[in-house]
Amino acid sequence: MITRKKSSDKPSLKRPIDVIRDDDGTIIVKLGSGWEERDPTRCLRDATTILDTANPSDEVIFEDAGLDREDTIVISLVTDLIQVARQRNLKVQTNTLPDSMRKLIDLALAVPRHEASGAIRDSFLVFLGKEAVVIARASREFIEFLGELIICIFKFFTGQAQFRRRDFWVTLQQCGAGALPIVSLLSLLTGMILGFVGAMQLRKFGATIYMTDLVGLAMAREMGCLMTGIIMSGRTGAAFAAQIGSMNVNQEVDALETLGISPVEFLVLPRTIALVLMMPLLTMYADVLGWIGAFLVALPMGINPAEFWLQLVDSMEMGQINFGLFKSVFFGVVVATAGCYYGLKSGRSSAAVGTATTKAVVAGITWIVVVDALFAVLFELL
Amino acid sequence: MNTFWKKSNSGEAHIEVRDVTMAFGDFILMSGLDFTINRGDVFIIMGGSGSGKSTLLQHLIGLRNPATGDILYDGKSFIGANDRDRKTIISKFGVMYQSGALWSSLNLAENVALPLEQFTRFNKRQIRSIVSFKLALVGLSGFEEFYPSEISGGMAKRAGVARALALDPEVLYLDEPSAGLDPLSARRMDELILELSESLGMTIVVVTHELDSIFMIANNSVFLDAKTRRQKATGDPRELRDHSEDKDIRNFLSRGEFLAKK
Repeated sequence: MITRKKSSDKPSLKRPIDVIRDDDGTIIVKLGSGWEERDPTRCLRDATTILDTANPSDEVIFEDAGLDREDTIVISLVTDLIQVARQRNLKVQTNTLPDSMRKLIDLALAVPRHEASGAIRDSFLVFLGKEAVVIARASREFIEFLGELIICIFKFFTGQAQFRRRDFWVTLQQCGAGALPIVSLLSLLTGMILGFVGAMQLRKFGATIYMTDLVGLAMAREMGCLMTGIIMSGRTGAAFAAQIGSMNVNQEVDALETLGISPVEFLVLPRTIALVLMMPLLTMYADVLGWIGAFLVALPMGINPAEFWLQLVDSMEMGQINFGLFKSVFFGVVVATAGCYYGLKSGRSSAAVGTATTKAVVAGITWIVVVDALFAVLFELL
Repeated sequence: MNTFWKKSNSGEAHIEVRDVTMAFGDFILMSGLDFTINRGDVFIIMGGSGSGKSTLLQHLIGLRNPATGDILYDGKSFIGANDRDRKTIISKFGVMYQSGALWSSLNLAENVALPLEQFTRFNKRQIRSIVSFKLALVGLSGFEEFYPSEISGGMAKRAGVARALALDPEVLYLDEPSAGLDPLSARRMDELILELSESLGMTIVVVTHELDSIFMIANNSVFLDAKTRRQKATGDPRELRDHSEDKDIRNFLSRGEFLAKK
């Protein structure tokens, strides 16, 4: 496996490393062969112990005693030992080591070790304080971001906002028509599941037909906008965060800023408006598909189409549908701001863009549910 | 739009950095920065890696604010300026970022056109002809329809210069313009910088440590020292190389030859 250099002229050692201490205090470190068969740290430990007991200004001589492979293991061990010796203020002699090895050691020791400055661990209180400052700063930044966005929305309505119309249309298409397939599938399935569960329970009372009311209301008030919001958060919110985040990595956002173009106005505004415009439409579409899903379940349960239709129309009020559509607008704002905010604040590496995307989706979904709960409470109160 | 102004290297101060400290939170990156860039200078910001060259550039273009001190443009404070004055100052400089930082959703022509669309009243045809001229200036004639992902890193850098030139800026900031370019492209870049400086009298501030470029284009510089976290010297880099009393600077500017000779 390893071809060994003939070293008959050199005294060969049984152990790879041998440390001898002379009477006059000189320490001789003999380096032999057989490194690859032993645990190098064990070999090193003895040497370090002896070095540790040496007096300052003692001499350490490294000697070649049958080195057969000048691999980096030996070199790194020797470098470590030299560093230990230097810390103890010992004189180091490496004259007898092979030239190639000495050069590498010199190269490794040429630049002094960088001492990390902030390596001290904070106490719990300090940690708590620092975290609080970070959270306070982040909240402040978010409020500033929201403020800027609101100013931009005002500008938009007065026709002063600067952004590329094409960006707006592309986003509109991506988060409108582009989202139809996934919204269709998930809403249809949601409708079917709700219908099925409802029908199974109501059948016990002989009131299967009322599953129509159940699905009708549930889709219109809650599930339509909630499902759409969650889908858009995972689909569009993540896309916003990733797009803007990678623009940030590539300094494209900086380039906008040094042109005096506000990134919020140029990047965030068109995306927010596009999503807010599309959310109610998608929600309406999701409602209808949910009802169709319920219809597909209702048929085999012996409800005829006319009955289903009449029951649905009878149970539905415009107010219920409007409530869902109204909420969806807010969900749109939540998803767009979460996506864009985390994108703009993302760090400058590809890993940071991933983190930003995750945060955007998690924050988007969390806030959708929180906002939905708030609306439920408000609706009860009013 | 700025008109063509006459070349002047009259020693008239254009950008003044006054006792600036750069810091990230508690960590002080550089302090005591104090130098003046004259109108028409080709000014180099140099120093070893980690000395804060690019960060200094970010301060000069307003992406970061100094912890203390002020930066003045034409004698007017940039740091203390209100929003409108700040925008006026910003509109007078063009920046080329290290990687080009072209907007990836736009093709090269649109990248160069965007500043023109935002800040001028030129019509589409006028913009198109300005764009082709600026792209031709950096040797990218015919690449109008290419997207940033379809061109090489060196081309992206040159396109970045074309975009920085779009509004005929008074100050052009270049972050490592020739790093990563092949020798001939790097030379072309240097010639472009000289040409811009000579024909348009632009003030050009370059972050670089390419010695060949430095000696070819520069007539003024600041040297940042990573060890002491201060500026070590200012002046013509050729002067610094030959006559500086500081051996670190002479060493840096001679690629270690100075130390090797001793």
